[in-house]
Amino acid sequence: MIDFDFIINIIVIIIVAIGLFFFFTATIGLLRFPDFYCKLQATGKGDTLGAVLILFGIVIYILKEDFSLSTILVSIKIFFIIFFIFLANPTATHALTKAGLDSGVIPLKKEVFKK
Amino acid sequence: MNRKVVTFLILFGLWCIFSGMFDIFHLTLGIISCLIITLVSGDLMFNEEKITKSHIVYGIRFIKYIPWLIYQIILANIHVAYLVLHPKMPIEPFVLEYKAKLKKDISKVVFANSIILTPGTITMDITKDNVFVVHCISRKVAEDLLTGEMEKRVAYIFGETIKN
Repeated sequence: MIDFDFIINIIVIIIVAIGLFFFFTATIGLLRFPDFYCKLQATGKGDTLGAVLILFGIVIYILKEDFSLSTILVSIKIFFIIFFIFLANPTATHALTKAGLDSGVIPLKKEVFKK
Repeated sequence: MNRKVVTFLILFGLWCIFSGMFDIFHLTLGIISCLIITLVSGDLMFNEEKITKSHIVYGIRFIKYIPWLIYQIILANIHVAYLVLHPKMPIEPFVLEYKAKLKKDISKVVFANSIILTPGTITMDITKDNVFVVHCISRKVAEDLLTGEMEKRVAYIFGETIKN
């Protein structure tokens, strides 16, 4: 007989593992991609989803352990962290690329076409 | 409603969540500090003097936009994971200039952040005449951007009309 706790634990493990996988690919991309902007492509996306998934897994876990007012408040705080990451991570990526563009880092294969 | 009242209510709600203590002493401290902050910098959060119904409509539309954005983020991550783990690394990076038709500042910000979170594209710069300089990692993702679906969605959130 499989109980409720066990299923929730499996779900949390899967979510956190997927988050770790995206962190892993982001790091590999940071090391493998050839130039500055491509490296940022990997980290700007992988870190966002990885961190969000890991935090989401933590929220499910603490709510399963003890469903009371204090844990609900903690999970709301974690949702605020998720919201902040959602807002800050793309902005930081944009700030880095803009700084690179302004200081004259040339993208690897320059081919500008207009719509 | 006046924007200072709305700012105070938002700040006080955040105070209640973050402190987690609901006795009179802590709530009084919260009211005092939220009042001071509202008096000093109550004009930072909203541009308009009055909060009208349209703000609430924008908020609801933005919340409806988030699931689609999360779906796009998951697609983006799978795409990056594919490119990273592929032995030959099939990337062909290039720079694209996209002329956007959005006008409000907030919709430009949301659009630029959404471009960064969706597959294979990064906003490098927004020039004065509304050109988004976008770095794309392969030809396919650029075509997705050029269909303009995301721009239409962002324009819909903030009640703008874009003409083709």
